[in-house]
Amino acid sequence: MKIVEDIPAYVKCRHVCRANLYSNRCWKFSQNIKEVSEEELFSYGHRACAGCGGTIALRLALKASGANTVASQCTGCMEVVSSPYPQTAWKIPWIHVAFENSAAVASGIEAALKALGKKEGVNVIAFGGDGGTVDIGFQALSGAMERGHNMTYICYDNEAYMNTGIQRSGSTPFGAVTTTSPAGKVSFGNKRPKKDMPSIMVAHGVDYVATASVAFPLDYMEKVKKAVAIDGPAYIHVLAPCTPGWGIPSEKSIEVARLAVDCGMWLLYEVEKGEMRVTYTPTVKKPVRDYLKMQKRFRHLSDELINKIQAEVDERWEKTFGIRKIF
Amino acid sequence: MPYRGYKNGIGGEVMPVRDVLHGSRCVAEAARLCDVQVIAAYPITPQTHIVEDLAELIANGELNAEYIMVESEHSAMSACIGASATGARVFTATSSQGLALMHEVLFIASGMRLPIVMANANRALSAPINIWNDQQDSISERDTGWIQLYVETNQEALDTTVQAYKIAEDKNILLPVMVNLDGFVLTHTIEPVEIPDKEEVEKFLPPYEPQVYLDPSDPMTQGAFADPETYMEFRIEQEKAMKRAFEVIRRVDEEFGELTGRSYGIVEEYNTDDAEVLLVTMGSVAGTIKEVIDSLDEKVGLLKIRVFRPFPKEEVLKALKDAKVVGVLEKDIVIGLGEGALFSEIKASLYPSSYRPKLLGFVGGLGGRDISMDNVREIISICKKAIKEDIDEVHWIGLKE
Repeated sequence: MKIVEDIPAYVKCRHVCRANLYSNRCWKFSQNIKEVSEEELFSYGHRACAGCGGTIALRLALKASGANTVASQCTGCMEVVSSPYPQTAWKIPWIHVAFENSAAVASGIEAALKALGKKEGVNVIAFGGDGGTVDIGFQALSGAMERGHNMTYICYDNEAYMNTGIQRSGSTPFGAVTTTSPAGKVSFGNKRPKKDMPSIMVAHGVDYVATASVAFPLDYMEKVKKAVAIDGPAYIHVLAPCTPGWGIPSEKSIEVARLAVDCGMWLLYEVEKGEMRVTYTPTVKKPVRDYLKMQKRFRHLSDELINKIQAEVDERWEKTFGIRKIF
Repeated sequence: MPYRGYKNGIGGEVMPVRDVLHGSRCVAEAARLCDVQVIAAYPITPQTHIVEDLAELIANGELNAEYIMVESEHSAMSACIGASATGARVFTATSSQGLALMHEVLFIASGMRLPIVMANANRALSAPINIWNDQQDSISERDTGWIQLYVETNQEALDTTVQAYKIAEDKNILLPVMVNLDGFVLTHTIEPVEIPDKEEVEKFLPPYEPQVYLDPSDPMTQGAFADPETYMEFRIEQEKAMKRAFEVIRRVDEEFGELTGRSYGIVEEYNTDDAEVLLVTMGSVAGTIKEVIDSLDEKVGLLKIRVFRPFPKEEVLKALKDAKVVGVLEKDIVIGLGEGALFSEIKASLYPSSYRPKLLGFVGGLGGRDISMDNVREIISICKKAIKEDIDEVHWIGLKE
């Protein structure tokens, strides 16, 4: 597969208008963006870093699910920055209990709303970071999804334990440096590939599973809307950069998240009742080197390792999109 | 299955039903009488019959509750917290390893001031793994901020579970309550039991009216992050609520007594007047001790601690003040201290007072080893010996040579 090294300054819209997609002049984009709620249910004033991907994931999710939402949240940055007593950033009913049980708490909320006759029209969302989802909260999530609660689980994935100071999680990608997977004289960083949590959720028979990115807000919000509308369990895994954890400047978090998708490191798709559908196909496939070199956590990688990552991405890309003609 | 209908007595008046039930069934019947709305539970021996009976009550339409068959006890308590925070009356039951797995979230249930009621079928903790009765499991959770009640009989298990909701949901308390019944000794043993009439229970225990709950029509944040500026004030509020709980437990017990003719007190004093030797214990072994006391023609009394948290220092002092020797028999051991937790707490309660009875600790019944009437007689004779001479403070009862 040929990789386009020369990245065009803009990407053409794939819709009829063929406008410059990133300039928001796309006809469909502008139609959809008008429909996005202006109501901020995850309020400003929280304590997150500038450029925090996690808070964007929460804010957009609530814009999509609306005020009729009850949320549970696992321990982590998003809980710490949003609820310093006696303040809160949450304009919806929200609860934090512990690290590993966001899904279990949400299942209790769902059951109680049913028992009290209040479930109709109320969305139940459980939020968890990657550690609280793919590692310590895995069992509670598996149980809640298997039991078929009418709830949506949203994992905002910043690919390490960022709240405690960037330690490796099961969701940390191959080669990434964290404080517990440092690169050294005999080590290149994280030795294992990222756990494929969305596939594990598909294997649970979850009605709706989707991946998303904070750099693709309309795609993400459409998926959240679908997830909460489904009468059953749904799972969304949204890639959300962490500026200190990934070693990127604050203003680059959306750019790096977009590049993750455009280079094929992160794919946007949904699986509805077992049927997979790719929701965004990059018009130009960018080299993973561009994505990796933007971030401090990958900067140490040798050409050999970068080529290895590229080869793995190529394989996944071909499986997903087939060989595409690059314009 | 026992008959659970409600017969009309003479003149059509509603009568309680008498039945012969396992302790587990009694707990499940109590949950039915209290109209619990959400149950989240995970099976563990010897609590299993409780979750089975609840499932059966729901399957037969006798209890209208959402039943979450969680994948662990940690999730059981987590789901209970979510459901209680949403405003539902919730119930769960566990034992031993299950209770230990809940440890982290027990603190959160009490810290968030959620009136959850849980039955704990007391069982030994591993290792070595052992499914039989002792009270190490709940004793080990004594600092989690839960009200802890210990019952002696199946009837008391039923009555205490009903009372527990009224205590937990009291607006001045709002603390979770753990009802402890000895595994197998009560859970798997049948006894004659009177099941109160549901209408009467409804009068005693009105539907739960939460003050704070998760509802989109009135959004609120629960489980916020408290820094060093605010954390301590939350903790002392819990302690104050625990202190207030004495009064509520007493009042609820009296009201229940008016309804059913059965009340149990914070502690129960049995034959304590003029008793030179006073035994202290918790749970079902109190029945064995009462049997022994009845068979003796000596001044031996029993103080049964029903409320272990909050710890009833005043009641204990009042009961112990005239005794020459006090023997505390308990089914737990604080390893490294060399005595049981109840013994330590009674000793600590006595310190500020002027009473100085001789205090002996008896550790027995660990891992389900039977505490026989002979064991109790042996304890009494050791206590009598202590009146005359100095002997060891702590004795292990029923230990093989």
